Amino acid sequence: MRFMVLVKSDADTEAGVLPSEELLTAMGRYNEELVAAGVLLAGEGLQASQNGARVQWNDGAAPTVVDGPFAEAKELVAGFWILQVKSKAEAIEWAKRCPAPEQGEQVLEVRQIFEMDDFGDAATPEVRESAEALRSKTEKK
Amino acid sequence: MTASDPRPAIDAVWRTESARLIAGLARFLHDVGLAEEFAQDALVAALEQWPETGIPRNPGAWLTTIAKRRAIDHLRRRERFAANLVELGRNQGVDGVGTAPDAASEQLDSDDIQDDLLRLVFVSCHPVLSTDARVALTLRLLGGLTTEEIARGFLVPESTVAQRIVRAKRTLTKAGVPFEVPAPADRPARIASVLSVIYLIFNEGYAATSGEDWMRPALCEEALRLGRVLAGLLPEDAEVHGLVALMEIQASRMRARTSPTGDPVLLLDQNRARWDRLLINRGLAALERSEALAHPRGPYAMQAAIAACHARARTAEETDWIRIAALYQALALQTPSPVVELNRAVALSMAFGPAVGLELVDTLTGEPSLAAHHLLPSLRGDLLRRLGRDSEAATEFARAATLTKNARERALLAERAAACEAAAHRMQRTGAAAEPSAMDLDSAARRPVTG
Repeated sequence: MRFMVLVKSDADTEAGVLPSEELLTAMGRYNEELVAAGVLLAGEGLQASQNGARVQWNDGAAPTVVDGPFAEAKELVAGFWILQVKSKAEAIEWAKRCPAPEQGEQVLEVRQIFEMDDFGDAATPEVRESAEALRSKTEKK
Repeated sequence: MTASDPRPAIDAVWRTESARLIAGLARFLHDVGLAEEFAQDALVAALEQWPETGIPRNPGAWLTTIAKRRAIDHLRRRERFAANLVELGRNQGVDGVGTAPDAASEQLDSDDIQDDLLRLVFVSCHPVLSTDARVALTLRLLGGLTTEEIARGFLVPESTVAQRIVRAKRTLTKAGVPFEVPAPADRPARIASVLSVIYLIFNEGYAATSGEDWMRPALCEEALRLGRVLAGLLPEDAEVHGLVALMEIQASRMRARTSPTGDPVLLLDQNRARWDRLLINRGLAALERSEALAHPRGPYAMQAAIAACHARARTAEETDWIRIAALYQALALQTPSPVVELNRAVALSMAFGPAVGLELVDTLTGEPSLAAHHLLPSLRGDLLRRLGRDSEAATEFARAATLTKNARERALLAERAAACEAAAHRMQRTGAAAEPSAMDLDSAARRPVTG
């Protein structure tokens, strides 16, 4: 099973302040450890929201585009890892090993990625087909 | 919310720590079986204490400390025992460990852990062990899987797996297999043994097309993980990257291989939007690494290159069959096998028409290694059908149906036999031509090419 571990933003990540060299080194070592254990599928850091945008829909109207930055720093995502592990506990175990700054808060959110079988019996063939059709549309860039 | 049941968390710690723990212990005990025993002791201690004390900040170090203590006690006892024997003047038969407990303790703290893991990989896949034993030991010592999980994955009783592991450890001890990385001269053969064990685990999971048991797809994931670990341990080995590439690309098709009703979907009929682009990209990257390290490609890299041809084609029609046929030809030169020839026949038929494929298939009908296999008649049936020889095709499909062990595959083949039969009758009445059909390329392509 796969999990996405999301790193939440804070004032520093939003201000584009780079972590200390010490933390960067520790993070590098952590990533190496994830690779060596064979569990890391992908991982990226995200730039501050001022370099991004939001595309919003309201009541079926045409989408509007809102440029960053966005105010609510703690609700934003600053980076992610995708881990392939055996259990949620294992994903949490890896998340717990992530190096953290000596001061201030750091929040990692561990979220399981949907596999088709997770829908179980609730997904009739028809539902699955339409979900697949939807996915194939979104994947055709 | 805090987790109330510590068991899943302890399992997770075990999963992430056990291989390194066992590998570290095995270095100074010179005995993989004993190492696993002491590691298990530490796990038992954790299970007793952690629910009370909570999980320590550094659980790996905690487990190491406990296991190390047990191991050192064991060495002291053995030394005392040896000393007593010396006093009695009959020390000939005693195998001295030759490492003082304190030195051993230091060794375990050193950061040679990558080397230890590599040694553990080679010992688990040692040629003195039977294939079954290699698989069980690898999953147990490197995967941290329980006996029950291994048994579920391989659809055998738990007692069978337990026995295999016990016997494997005994065999290693009896044969005096050293805990070391093999000498350079032996390395290619030993690496080949490791790769074949990992690919066997992968195929065991991949062959189960339906999700009847969660453990079988989990075997694919575990094989992939072991492959990625090995790629980190042997970064200069082209074939390790080749195997990883092959597994990543094959695993990318996992979601598309079964219909919503659980029936197998053939490669050319698969909805390519369901292929996992992340795994495909990882596979293509691994293949690039492999190709940068060795020319010509080894057998795994060659199969990965073939899998990559499919992965790169946006639609089934875009598949570069000429290139695939050429790759199979190169593979056949490297590792001649009737199964490779069968795959080449498929590629040739797609590139140059069914008659060309059939020509090659017909040279294989006498192959004893294919006699009991459904692949040959099912492919022959397919080519005959595309040539409009429906009545002969029906006979081949019916024969294939009797040979397969997979119930779903049998139903599919029987269905085709009936369809060909019907078409043959129609043909007699109206003279209408047969429709072309796809074939089971995917299952043909994933068979191991050696042995």
